[in-house]
Amino acid sequence: MKKLSILSVLCGAALGLGSVASANAATTLEAVKAKGFIQCGVSQGLPGFSNADDNGKWTGLDVDMCRAVAAAVFGDPGKVKFSPLSAKQRFTALSSGEVDILSRNTTWTMTRDTQLGLNFAGVNYYDGQGMMVPKALGVKAATELDGANICTNTGTTTELNITDYFRANGMSFNLVAFEKADEVVAAYDAGRCDVYTTDRSGLAAQRGKLTKPDDHVVLSEIISKEPLGPVVRQGDDQWFNIVRWSLNAMINAEEMGVSSANVNNMKYSSKLDPGVARLIGKEGKFGEELGLSNDWAYNIILKVGNYGESYEKHVGPNTPLKLARGVNALWSQGGILYAAPIR
Amino acid sequence: MNRKSNTFSKFANDANVRGVFFQVVLIAVLVFSFFWLTDNTLTNLSNQGKSLGFAFLSSTAGFQISQTFGTWLFDYKVGTSTYLDVYFIGIANTLLVAILGIVAATVIGFTLGIMRLSKNIVFRAFATTYIEMLRNIPILLQLFFWYFAVLRALPGKREKLEIIPDLIGVNITGLYLPAPLPQEGFVYSVIAFALAILITFGVSRYAKRVQAQTGKITPVFLIGTALIIVIPLITFLATNSPLDWNLPEFKDTGPMLRRGYQAGSGMILVPELIAVWLALSLYTAAFIAEIVRAGILAVSKGQTEAASALGIRPNFTLRLVVIPQAMRVIIPPLTSQYLNITKNSSLAVAIAYPELVSVFAGTALNQVGKEIEMIFMMMMVYLTVSLITAAFMNWYNSRVKLVER
Repeated sequence: MKKLSILSVLCGAALGLGSVASANAATTLEAVKAKGFIQCGVSQGLPGFSNADDNGKWTGLDVDMCRAVAAAVFGDPGKVKFSPLSAKQRFTALSSGEVDILSRNTTWTMTRDTQLGLNFAGVNYYDGQGMMVPKALGVKAATELDGANICTNTGTTTELNITDYFRANGMSFNLVAFEKADEVVAAYDAGRCDVYTTDRSGLAAQRGKLTKPDDHVVLSEIISKEPLGPVVRQGDDQWFNIVRWSLNAMINAEEMGVSSANVNNMKYSSKLDPGVARLIGKEGKFGEELGLSNDWAYNIILKVGNYGESYEKHVGPNTPLKLARGVNALWSQGGILYAAPIR
Repeated sequence: MNRKSNTFSKFANDANVRGVFFQVVLIAVLVFSFFWLTDNTLTNLSNQGKSLGFAFLSSTAGFQISQTFGTWLFDYKVGTSTYLDVYFIGIANTLLVAILGIVAATVIGFTLGIMRLSKNIVFRAFATTYIEMLRNIPILLQLFFWYFAVLRALPGKREKLEIIPDLIGVNITGLYLPAPLPQEGFVYSVIAFALAILITFGVSRYAKRVQAQTGKITPVFLIGTALIIVIPLITFLATNSPLDWNLPEFKDTGPMLRRGYQAGSGMILVPELIAVWLALSLYTAAFIAEIVRAGILAVSKGQTEAASALGIRPNFTLRLVVIPQAMRVIIPPLTSQYLNITKNSSLAVAIAYPELVSVFAGTALNQVGKEIEMIFMMMMVYLTVSLITAAFMNWYNSRVKLVER
């Protein structure tokens, strides 16, 4: 009798595995709706982009991306669970289905788009790799850095970029690559390295963790293009579209002057710009085409805000990061942020 | 009751038949699960537009790796070295820290284990405190502690702390030693060294035979040491001292960035390696100490008493009577500690020591994205190393175990 029960457990286990497989086959939207929340992969703590406060509440530009998708799908930006991922865990976590969206200051590159089986849904921050050095070194330009010790993270494009840059300039260097950003900062702070390199937004965010932030200077050279954006798995176009258009909606909203403060007035206004009417779901059935309700973008703008609001709140000049809009301004305001229209 | 159910119950109640039946079922379930897993993996991979394959190993790796033993051994060059080289560099660095750790942990562990049994209360208290503290703190925390303690304790990059002036010095970028540069003809000294060891073995066997026959004790240790030092030394001098030294070079003038120890001069032990080595060996030594204590206590007191009744002096008693009998208790759990060191070395990824997990599963995996193949390759490394260690220790165990007559 006992042995029989073991056998039935084994059979049950085999059947159970089978049913997991069929669950994988459903679309991401269906799976997300069934479990009632979006699993979002974020960084392990990058102030301004994705960082948890003392109460475990996540905030940041990358976090807002996930909240926007949650607002579009559920009408509730709180229906997100966050998975803090290291740089090297992130793609495995996404492709294995552990997270539904990866919104973790991830650079869009061709390898990742093709070889890794991922799709970048857009760019929510145009960044570039920079270098920080102690002022005491007296270094004015990156070309003076021959023979330097350089600290960075493993599993990122920064390792390749810095190697390319030093090779192109015929300089030698030694790379000390840590698994997590916190250890990179601590080691650089202790004086293990002459240079700390990562995306400039990351340098701005991590600088506050140094014992004397004012003793360090970010060099003016930008040695790479780092378009950062949300990532999804290949093979589910519907989910890809939802993420892409959630981002586009935020950018378009800023361009059209729709913000969380005025979107409600606009909804009940009789004289409405047709573009805004389409955006907030008063005209057309754009939400239904995505498999969502027609007020998807209205919910994003009301509950998360437009791109500009999110930027000012988390990384803008009034935050500790003090990052000016720069290239991340709208195309109409001298930047390169340009979203396809909703029509 | 009809006949049919009768035969059924006859079979069902036969322990042999039942045993075979359930084993067949178990194997069938295992085989099915394996195929199901493989099939599912392949399907999911092809759904994601990926394929299995090892072709990536021959493409060139475009990233720098921290200069260590592995990069030196395989002459790593960005742009020409391949991912396969990266794999070997990772293995070399893992093995280096594992071997260093095993040696240090054994020495410290045996010392502490014996100290813990000492009659001297200071020794005993020290060993007890050490063991209880180190084995009860997670190894990853100890790793961070040693790394940042080492970093904060050392002088900065533009300064140095000289241990032997001009030869050995240390600062935050590492411990600098003179690097040996063997010249032509050095190989003869190496051969002489090997020869001297062989001769010493011969002498020790001969001495044992003499002792068994006549009871005379030959001072094998003295003779052996003399042989091992003198023979290679004479060869070395006779071949015109074919060994140069590359001394570490320190500059404290010139542009700020260039000051400090110069790259390419001397031999360097990076602080990451020192921290991993310290953490692994100090942590594991606490466990080994307990194993050694247990082993010694397992030898009954009667053995010591019998030895002293035979007139064997106390230090000989420990070496010739107690330790050999304790070894058979010590070896099996000691083996698992050695395996733990090898496996725990993968934690070094946290503090930038470029071992296998760091360079291969970290940097390389992120560039190529072949999770299954690369993790499989890594598992094979740890499995192989562990099996070899286990096989060696089992061989040693069979030599020292109690031979019953």
